[in-house]
Amino acid sequence: MHLPHSLHIKSTYFDYPLYPFRPPHELTGRTAPHPVVIVGAGPVGLIVAMELGRRGIRTVLLEAIETVSPGSRATCVSRRSMEIMLQNQCDEPFVSKALMWTEGSSFYRDQMVYRLRMPHSADERYFPMANIQQCVYEKFLVDRVEQIDHVDLRWQSKVVGLTEGKDTVTLRIDTPEGEYDLSARYVVAADGARSIVRELLGLRLAGESHSGRYLIADIRMASSYPTERRAWFDPPSNPGNTILMHKQPDDIWRIDYQLATDQDSDYELQDDRVRARIKAHLDWIGETAPWQLEWTSLYKAHCLCLDDYRYGRILFAGDAAHLVPIFGVRGMNSGIADANNLGWKLAYVLQGLAPDSLLDSYTPERRAATLDIFDNARKSTLFMTPPTRGYQLTRDAVLQLAIDEDSMKPLINPRQSTPYDYVASPLTTAQREPFERGPRAGAPLINIRLKSGQGKHEHLLDHLGPDFNLLWFGESPAEFRIDVSSTLEGVRVKPILITRLAARSTQGLCVIHDHDGRLYSSFDATAGCAYLIRPDGHVCARWRSWDEAHLAQALRRALTR
Amino acid sequence: MLTTEALERIFDDIALSIDTVGDRNESLFLTKLALALANQLSDEMLVRAQVALARRHLQA
Repeated sequence: MHLPHSLHIKSTYFDYPLYPFRPPHELTGRTAPHPVVIVGAGPVGLIVAMELGRRGIRTVLLEAIETVSPGSRATCVSRRSMEIMLQNQCDEPFVSKALMWTEGSSFYRDQMVYRLRMPHSADERYFPMANIQQCVYEKFLVDRVEQIDHVDLRWQSKVVGLTEGKDTVTLRIDTPEGEYDLSARYVVAADGARSIVRELLGLRLAGESHSGRYLIADIRMASSYPTERRAWFDPPSNPGNTILMHKQPDDIWRIDYQLATDQDSDYELQDDRVRARIKAHLDWIGETAPWQLEWTSLYKAHCLCLDDYRYGRILFAGDAAHLVPIFGVRGMNSGIADANNLGWKLAYVLQGLAPDSLLDSYTPERRAATLDIFDNARKSTLFMTPPTRGYQLTRDAVLQLAIDEDSMKPLINPRQSTPYDYVASPLTTAQREPFERGPRAGAPLINIRLKSGQGKHEHLLDHLGPDFNLLWFGESPAEFRIDVSSTLEGVRVKPILITRLAARSTQGLCVIHDHDGRLYSSFDATAGCAYLIRPDGHVCARWRSWDEAHLAQALRRALTR
Repeated sequence: MLTTEALERIFDDIALSIDTVGDRNESLFLTKLALALANQLSDEMLVRAQVALARRHLQA
């Protein structure tokens, strides 16, 4: 009998909801296999459910505990993740609550040695980064999922067994009222770093673990300091080590401090010890307001992943598939990108619009993204937590030189998360013609601001449909003579005309008036040019000149048909 | 000026070399490296300026 014991999590700013267990039909008798069962209702599992739900696919979403994840955990959300939330209509509560930021400061002792400035302009809908506690963010996602009829969210339901059949996977579920079997055509394992699904299959993550440890703590403190990333190397408050500090909503501050190699984790996690160390740092940076300790945890950097994110009918996403260092905020953001990638592919396979082989593209696309993260995160981790005397000495030399020498400063760049381009993906059509600007084939679409209407800003992504989209740069709707609905049987393509002339949308053709030519310029477009966009918002082909055959070929490639 | 990518590779190379030569040879290795680079620069004033730069901000 599974009885979760995370009840009564205390917080100074967040009331943890308690979600009841509701006995499902399977407890009293067998039911037909479900299309998809998702294990784990964290951000990744919730977004997979939304991606499938908005395409009409029913899912069962299982969560072992009875509330959202405790603590602030993955607190930085990237612009790309916000765009994925927008596509799933769950960005509004997030945007109104989260703290947006673009900049950061890195200090060596008391000297600023690097100023982080992430690319941002007034044309963007979202800031490059937003801080919000994961528990708050997850609650928003749960609220949204509860509005979707297609998602059967089952709390207090723990996977304890797994059997693979030819056409289905059967999970054994333990609940407060006993066990039952649950079958599905596909299972998405989004059950986190300690994935039970991974364990039941006997799969192991491979890679390297770094030696540096961080104690991460949330405190509640009123401070007017702006929202930005602050990093200190070798501050008097943590000699020889580093400290990171982030502002979160509701006066919550996240402080991550590196533990020295000889410091005992259990001793350092004691409340009195944590308070003393935080006080030393706050005193040193001049924060004088009273504060309360909210939450603590311990963190170690890993670069670990599965060899394959697909195991038959089971697909791994987020921390269940890969563990990445926190430096650069890639953990949850890469998990959300997994969900975005997997959602449409599963939907297309289940709707019969693509063969099962489309799911084989999930690993090459998302594991390549993980390996790219490892490359960046390894550099960040070696700089943040030098593992040897050689790295420590070289890092300290760079930091001292950077006080006077600008040429050294790029080495201090924390390499914040950026979206991964599926340029080498088997789903991407190679470009035949040169483009000087615009998202290349494989890259996510850029969300450019369009002309304002009655004080309301619109952006390009607002016009995209949930399936394929074709951005066609032309003059008038009358010139668009291709019947995209018949290009590839059953496959929905939304044509969007981008024109510099005023024109109205017609039935079957959405029109965007590029009144100042910014879209043409940003996409390096010439008349007749087209961009084909995948359902997850990545460009899968772009042409200066094209016809129906090119479109059909690109769609077949994108769907492995 | 070196590119960031080149600087990153050199950062790794120096760090790994320090670890490889070990504590006993660390100072000698770094001094040899500084002299070899100074010779390649072929500009005494520039080298002496870099020596002064490297002496700054050291702890007492």
